[in-house]
Amino acid sequence: MTSILVAREAPPLLLHTMRLADTMLVLGHRLSEWTGQAPMLEEELALANAALDYIGQARSLYAYAATLEGKGRTEDDLAYLRDAPDWRNWLIAELPNGDFARTVLRQFLVAAFLQPWWHALAQSKDATLAAIAAKAEKEAAYHLRHAGEWVIRLGDGTAESHRRMEAALEELWSYTGEMFEADAADRALIEAGIVPDPETLRGAWADMVGRVLAEATLAMPGPAWMQSGGRRGVHTEHLGHLLAVMQHLPRSYPGAVW
Amino acid sequence: MSVLAFDREALRRRALQAAGTVVDPEIPVLTIADLGVLREARVTEEGGVEVDITPTYSGCPAMRMIALQVEEALRAAGLPAPRVRLVLSPAWTTDWMTEAGRDRLRAYGIAPPAPRATRRGLFGLEEAVACPRCGSTATETLSEFGSTACKALRRCTACREPFDHFKCL
Repeated sequence: MTSILVAREAPPLLLHTMRLADTMLVLGHRLSEWTGQAPMLEEELALANAALDYIGQARSLYAYAATLEGKGRTEDDLAYLRDAPDWRNWLIAELPNGDFARTVLRQFLVAAFLQPWWHALAQSKDATLAAIAAKAEKEAAYHLRHAGEWVIRLGDGTAESHRRMEAALEELWSYTGEMFEADAADRALIEAGIVPDPETLRGAWADMVGRVLAEATLAMPGPAWMQSGGRRGVHTEHLGHLLAVMQHLPRSYPGAVW
Repeated sequence: MSVLAFDREALRRRALQAAGTVVDPEIPVLTIADLGVLREARVTEEGGVEVDITPTYSGCPAMRMIALQVEEALRAAGLPAPRVRLVLSPAWTTDWMTEAGRDRLRAYGIAPPAPRATRRGLFGLEEAVACPRCGSTATETLSEFGSTACKALRRCTACREPFDHFKCL
């Protein structure tokens, strides 16, 4: 399969749009894995609905990326016909769901970044990204509230739920650094007013996370070594397995349509 | 206004009217005009009609069906070369839902969204939502997410009935 992104000269806007799209789709797919397995019906619906939001955001972004690429590929081609090294999602998105505590904590840590990120991106000089962001921001605000309330409920819950939330925090924390990364391609877009500088969102993110963790009686981890790689195509072993499931049908039955 | 411009305006209105009869496949008491999903119609340079619709949520699975139904309604109304365009901006808000739509929603058993979208802060006070059956505002949230992306699940503590609430967005 030809790859579009391994080439170092991929235009910054295309690369950035693909990074966002990949993160949304991988996260949406992970959430969809809860369908039929959530601890209660209400949460089953909630996780499936959030998955739909992420997948919907990914579709808008892939459709835009396909236009930017200009090679006649569709959103489906971009989602289903690329192998792991071509994916540019954050590593935190591809990690297995773990238990319900880890799933909602990931949702919270990510939404605490995405909500202010979409809010800022809605001011982009790129009209398409701005439109996608304005829509996604409203959805992210719901995700943030839903996941944040669960982090508090479980952290400040029973000894068992507290233990699980603590373990989840330990597991996920080193994957939060990637959200704030910006390489040369990002810098070019930041300078052109097309995307926000993620570093400027660190304060808002830390405030939100700190507030919720405090209420959840969980200690906010200090500065730590951070994982990195997903945005450069260096992934954990988990992404390949996810793609094998997600891409199976269109790869086994090329051209299959509903 | 030239005769031609007058014809074009009439055509545009007919397109809006025809498209406005399409109902939401998930909430069949609401038309897409009631919902504010139907945004605009225009006559293209080739003389065809083009209708803009906007999704309630990015991942709303009903959009494709709505787009197909709009195209069908336009064709059934005899409108030339109908086309449907999906627009994302400005982002849809429940503020666009019509009064009549809100009433029909309530009668259908779904609590309508607040008249003006407010952004309840994280863990802030909950908005008062009246039970669509008994009218009591003694209701509580069961889940922020309901049977579709645009609804939350609530329960009335007065009549004990669970009900859907159309989320404010």
